[in-house]
Amino acid sequence: MSFPGTLLTSKQVANRRAQAPHTSMFARMLLRAAVLRRRRAASALMAMIVAAAVATAMMNLYVDVQAKLRTEFRSYGANVVVVAKDGESLPPDALAQVESVFGPKTMAVPFSYAVARTKDGQSVVVVGTDFARVRTLNQWWKVSHWPESKNEALIGMRAAAVVTPERKPFELTFQGKTIELVPAGMLQTGAGEDSRVYLDQSQFQDWTGVAPSTIEVGANGTASDIESSIAQLAAMLPKAEIRPVRQIMEGEANVLNKTRATLYATASLVILTSALCVLATLIGWVFDRRRDFAIMKALGASERLINGFFAAEAAALGVVGAILGFSIGIGVAMWIGRVNFHAPVVPRLSVFPYVLAGSVLVALVSAILPIGLLRRVQPAMILRGE
Amino acid sequence: MFPRLVYESFRHQTRRKLLAGIAITLGVAVATAMIAVATDIGDKINRELRSYGANLVVTPQEDTLDVEVGGVNLKPPSDGAFLSEADLPKIHGTFWHHNIVGFSPMLPITVKVAGVPKDVTLVGTYFDKALSFGTEKFTTGVRITHPWWKIAPNWPGDESQSVLLGERLAAEVGKRAGDTIDVDGHPLAISGILSTGGAEDDQIVAPLPVAQTILGKPGAVRRVYVSALTKPQDALAVRDPKTMTPEVYDRWYCSPYVQSIAYQLQEAIPHSHAEQIRQVAQNEGTVLSRIKGLMLLVTLAALFASALAVSAAMATAIFERRVEIGLMKALGAGSLVVSAIFFAEALLLALIGGFAGFIAGAFLARQIGRSIFNSQIAIEPVLFPIIMVIAVLVTFAGSAAAIRRAVKFDPVFALRGEG
Repeated sequence: MSFPGTLLTSKQVANRRAQAPHTSMFARMLLRAAVLRRRRAASALMAMIVAAAVATAMMNLYVDVQAKLRTEFRSYGANVVVVAKDGESLPPDALAQVESVFGPKTMAVPFSYAVARTKDGQSVVVVGTDFARVRTLNQWWKVSHWPESKNEALIGMRAAAVVTPERKPFELTFQGKTIELVPAGMLQTGAGEDSRVYLDQSQFQDWTGVAPSTIEVGANGTASDIESSIAQLAAMLPKAEIRPVRQIMEGEANVLNKTRATLYATASLVILTSALCVLATLIGWVFDRRRDFAIMKALGASERLINGFFAAEAAALGVVGAILGFSIGIGVAMWIGRVNFHAPVVPRLSVFPYVLAGSVLVALVSAILPIGLLRRVQPAMILRGE
Repeated sequence: MFPRLVYESFRHQTRRKLLAGIAITLGVAVATAMIAVATDIGDKINRELRSYGANLVVTPQEDTLDVEVGGVNLKPPSDGAFLSEADLPKIHGTFWHHNIVGFSPMLPITVKVAGVPKDVTLVGTYFDKALSFGTEKFTTGVRITHPWWKIAPNWPGDESQSVLLGERLAAEVGKRAGDTIDVDGHPLAISGILSTGGAEDDQIVAPLPVAQTILGKPGAVRRVYVSALTKPQDALAVRDPKTMTPEVYDRWYCSPYVQSIAYQLQEAIPHSHAEQIRQVAQNEGTVLSRIKGLMLLVTLAALFASALAVSAAMATAIFERRVEIGLMKALGAGSLVVSAIFFAEALLLALIGGFAGFIAGAFLARQIGRSIFNSQIAIEPVLFPIIMVIAVLVTFAGSAAAIRRAVKFDPVFALRGEG
């Protein structure tokens, strides 16, 4: 295998010098260099692409992982609670107001409470709610069967023993009014819900006349977003108390911060390693072409022209590598999103300028480093092969 | 002759080899750190998830129904069954006691407070109680199991007559820390104001003996919250232990599932019923597996990038030595011998770089563990041979193409200094 590239290039340089106008010469040199040494150029470009792809994927994940994990954390349930003051009810439009403030994606669930009596006089807490909403907000509820019709009730594991041990239709009395209910399914949470009976809100209100007093909200967004929404809502609902559920908010912030910090550390390591890979390949590539360098110098090219030539070459490599690498990296990030979070990772175009700038910078550094070393060497020495 | 050739070749041209050596060291360091972090991240995040609070609750077996609305329990306080405080240290005698981060007993009672028309709930609990089981000494209480509680200025002592006042209740009665509050005729000092964002904001939290004295039932506890490190649940975890074969039962019993820990708590505390708090227990499994999966994929990316960096550096280092190869071949060396020399050299480089990289990587992992999680990330010694093998393999793979190309190269061109 031979490398006739240098010889040809030198001839061509002489040829073109005589014939072609000076401006196109520069572009021609760049193009010929890439075509004639395509193998080495391809390996340099390959390294560039891989590094840019890895960097893109890492940055994309880092930006997106917060949003992804936030949605995971939403399965912990409500992080904001709206409670009417002093045993009153919330105004009827409270739910609509909550939804307008927190945005359409927010799940808000109304709850109303009453203490009813069973046939044998035992007290039990009955809750009116919207089952479709509860089901999405409180995914940890273990329910054997969700109620479908109006007079079906969801019964907590512990309440069942008191209300209807044999899972038969039962009666409850509230202020003299009696209602007959059919047990639909059992509810198990390990917390207070186990001792309650859940009813459909409209049925509950017909029976007791009690309107919702609590709205549990699973709000999306950063802590400061939620805080400002809370302040806004507090102004709209002066009779209610709106408070963040600290247990959920703080746990979430804690885990999120640690995960982000770890991802940040690891992503920087990965990006650093791939930049190093590019540096090693490109330095080898430029160093390999010291004969081109020597010939140009011997033919009288100015130092500025040579520097400009190698810099332009490196920059072109950086730009092409960044564009190709970016598209591949977005693909990798989307794949990770699908595999790990079962949700697509949104391609972040905002990452592109960073990848582009980084690629060009690394390429320039790795071109200029060997040139600086070569500048001190006499062209004759290089051409003699020493 | 061969060892001398390799030795001489390795000793000279140190500058060229330095780049390859640095690449191997850095690559291996990143790989080591990433593997160490990825294998340990589950445990670390598991501990962070404990900041969501207890994932298990122990209640008396024959308890009556709670009638609780808005944090106020309407059930008569002496009604129902109790657990015995004396049984609590036995929690640390269970099989998975190392996984129990902490526990807090709760004894809610209904009291009258001067200046408040309605009933107020007073909860007796441990704050930071020193206990012992056998020879083991430990402290436990709400400071561990309820980390989101904010207290200003001071926590009460576990044996003191001072209490915490919920912030909304404090605003209602107009009391501040340092004042005294009259609870059912017992004057209690307020050591701090409690803010939790939950029902406790309307309550009084007192040391357990205070609540027991007011209730007149020494040693009584209504429920116990237990915070335990658990393994995400799988098909085995949810099976009923009664239907298992002895081998499956042993495997289930000896896995830190939330279900098996609940079962063991029930065994340890007489007449008790332990249950997972699904809101906390169910979700931590999901979050944990997501984060672990993410780190695994990032680790793969890191391994890939390190492998690439090493092979790029090796390729460059070898490609620069065509003249030498040409000379060897001109002197009659076969391709096999030339390749062997270079592979031997690559092996040496990989071993040295791998060793340095492993040490650097262990250090890096420690730094990450300390700065992010405030705890050590353990490096398993078994990782060392694995890392070395990976380093050698990657270096070989990276060199192979370059060596093949260099060996095939026509010595005449190489010696003329062309190409």
